[in-house]
Amino acid sequence: MSQVLVLVELAGGKPAESTRELLAAAAVLGEPAAVVASGSAKELAAELGRLGAETVYASSAEGADSLLVTPQVAALAAAVEAAQPSAVIVGSSPDSREAGARLAVRVGGAYQSDVIGLEADGTVAQQAFGGAFNITASAAKGIPVISLRSNSIDGAAAAASGTLVQLDVSGDTAPTTEIVSRHQQTAASERPSLKAANIVVSGGRGLGSKEKFVLVEELADLLGAALGASRAAVDAGYCEHNLQVGQTGTTVSPNLYIAVGISGAIQHLAGMQSSKTIVAINKDENSPIFDIADFGIVGDLFTVVPQFMDAVKARKNG
Amino acid sequence: MIKIAVLVKEVPDTWSDRRIDPGTKRVDRDGDVVIDEINEKAVEAALQVKESGGGEVTAVTMGPKNALDAVRKALAMGADAGIHIIDEALGGSDALQTSAALAAALGSRGFDLVIAGNESTDGRTAAVPAMLAERLGLSQATFLRTLTVKDGTVTGERMTDDGHVEVRASLPALVSVTEQIAEARFPNFKGIMAAKKKPVETLGLAELGIAAGDAGGANSWSVVETVAAKPPREGGTIIKDDGTAGQKLADYLASAKLI
Ligand SMILES: Cc1cc2nc3c(=O)[nH]c(=O)nc-3n(C[C@H](O)[C@H](O)[C@H](O)COP(=O)(O)OP(=O)(O)OC[C@H]3O[C@@H](n4cnc5c(N)ncnc54)[C@H](O)[C@@H]3O)c2cc1C
Ligand SMILES: Nc1ncnc2c1ncn2[C@@H]1O[C@H](COP(=O)(O)O)[C@@H](O)[C@H]1O
Repeated sequence: MSQVLVLVELAGGKPAESTRELLAAAAVLGEPAAVVASGSAKELAAELGRLGAETVYASSAEGADSLLVTPQVAALAAAVEAAQPSAVIVGSSPDSREAGARLAVRVGGAYQSDVIGLEADGTVAQQAFGGAFNITASAAKGIPVISLRSNSIDGAAAAASGTLVQLDVSGDTAPTTEIVSRHQQTAASERPSLKAANIVVSGGRGLGSKEKFVLVEELADLLGAALGASRAAVDAGYCEHNLQVGQTGTTVSPNLYIAVGISGAIQHLAGMQSSKTIVAINKDENSPIFDIADFGIVGDLFTVVPQFMDAVKARKNG
Repeated sequence: MIKIAVLVKEVPDTWSDRRIDPGTKRVDRDGDVVIDEINEKAVEAALQVKESGGGEVTAVTMGPKNALDAVRKALAMGADAGIHIIDEALGGSDALQTSAALAAALGSRGFDLVIAGNESTDGRTAAVPAMLAERLGLSQATFLRTLTVKDGTVTGERMTDDGHVEVRASLPALVSVTEQIAEARFPNFKGIMAAKKKPVETLGLAELGIAAGDAGGANSWSVVETVAAKPPREGGTIIKDDGTAGQKLADYLASAKLI
């Protein structure tokens, strides 16, 4: 069985959360192998083996974690050379998508973006226009380089040996971009991430101010949900831009999406309309969000949301 | 003076009913098309770089006849020249092929800085800029929400899923910008008139040196096999708040086992 390479992102020196899913996807297509740029590869290899990697390719190039994307491309390219894989799978963060895109150029691969499902024969499922169209595609030539949207594949790969193979990337001469410093949002770390959450609570311009936006934050925390926002809310400075859901923000498809004070402009719907259950709270009954809501409340969010929260707390305690 | 190329693309208007043609399996570009909003912002970023340190801005597009409107818009905003890559044979190109054509057009012209949008609203691949950096051997500083170009160095803040990183690269470099970068200026009457006299070069397969056997949908790396419109959502329950809506919502979600 041929190998399928997975690009492992590191978070605090450990394989990022996405790794399990990427290795599970690799197992659909062949024998999962992991590729890491940098790090104390020995410990990583054991961990990646547990997550399903039979082989772990590691490049410990100097300063790999202070350079943007190119160390990952170099590691992947060297691993492709060593493994002759039948496919390469990367995640959906900007880093991983861009590493995959560059790799496809470098090794002659077919880049397949934002894949939401894949089959053993190499057919991939994608969407267009925010889920308005479902597409299947395949590679006509070259190695498929698949960028997988997170939360697309269930399950995990069977634990494997995690045999470490060291890569030589000293020949890589691509011009680099330096990462000067890293800044993580403090609040972000405590909530589930938008892409992976089961429940997403999003607030729009209807919240009215940054101070009042706290109401949707409280609702999200009560439900253990990720926090999202419309572009109007982001533009008004109610919250960080990474929280934007929609056409030019994150695409989400949680089990439950609660839109609070959001009108439902077509560009917002493009990022959440494939959510399984959609709840909308808006005082204007003509808001387009109600066209796609499973449960819609025409009312003032400042009375409906607090009452809803009380009811949820009562259930929890009762 | 630095030479700046800004990549602009004409896309189906996000406000319109966008579709994939089930026959050709390509984006239907016959409806309302406009310059992608992110590319107006890329043009704005290019003009600001020019205004801060001197420079010349060339707007570059690849696409059918009406793609020229995107270049015209950039010229009206203040870009100095345009390049329009157009050839019947390029229709249906995927990101790899698009980046190859753009690389061929930009290749030998000595641009110091290439500015793109981070992601197009039709393809949403966010791949063309990275691919182009790879092909042209440029430093890649992408997904920037701020951009400063000074003394041959590009610095900016790159968006990540949970914050940002500060990055720095030397020119020549390729930059892509996110929608936070700047509000695009509106072309004024003078700009629109001046745009008509600015030079726009047209390039086809022959000028690019791309073989017919590598070009277009028939030779793409990825092929679309099936396209299906998603069935419309079933209408849901809409209630007017009578003072108990919050309670009813909790009941609904509990009975659906969602909370
Ligand atoms: C190219 C492009 C890309 C875009 N990308 C995105 C994107 O990624 N994501 C996105 O969200 N938008 C995007 N937009 C913007 C989009 O068109 C809308 O402007 C935006 O989604 C509106 O946000 P909103 O619903 O919060 O604000 P509004 O449209 O102003 O709606 C606010 C709503 O709150 C309701 N409301 C007010 N007060 C209360 C109250 N007390 N109780 C209950 N309801 C109340 C109002 O009735 C109204 O419906 C994009 C636009 C373009 C052109
Ligand atoms: N056909 C094209 N012509 C010019 N620029 C393009 C084209 N396709 C993509 N780009 C540039 O690449 C960016 C990202 O596009 P994409 O990779 O398609 O998401 C766009 O915002 C443009 O700046």
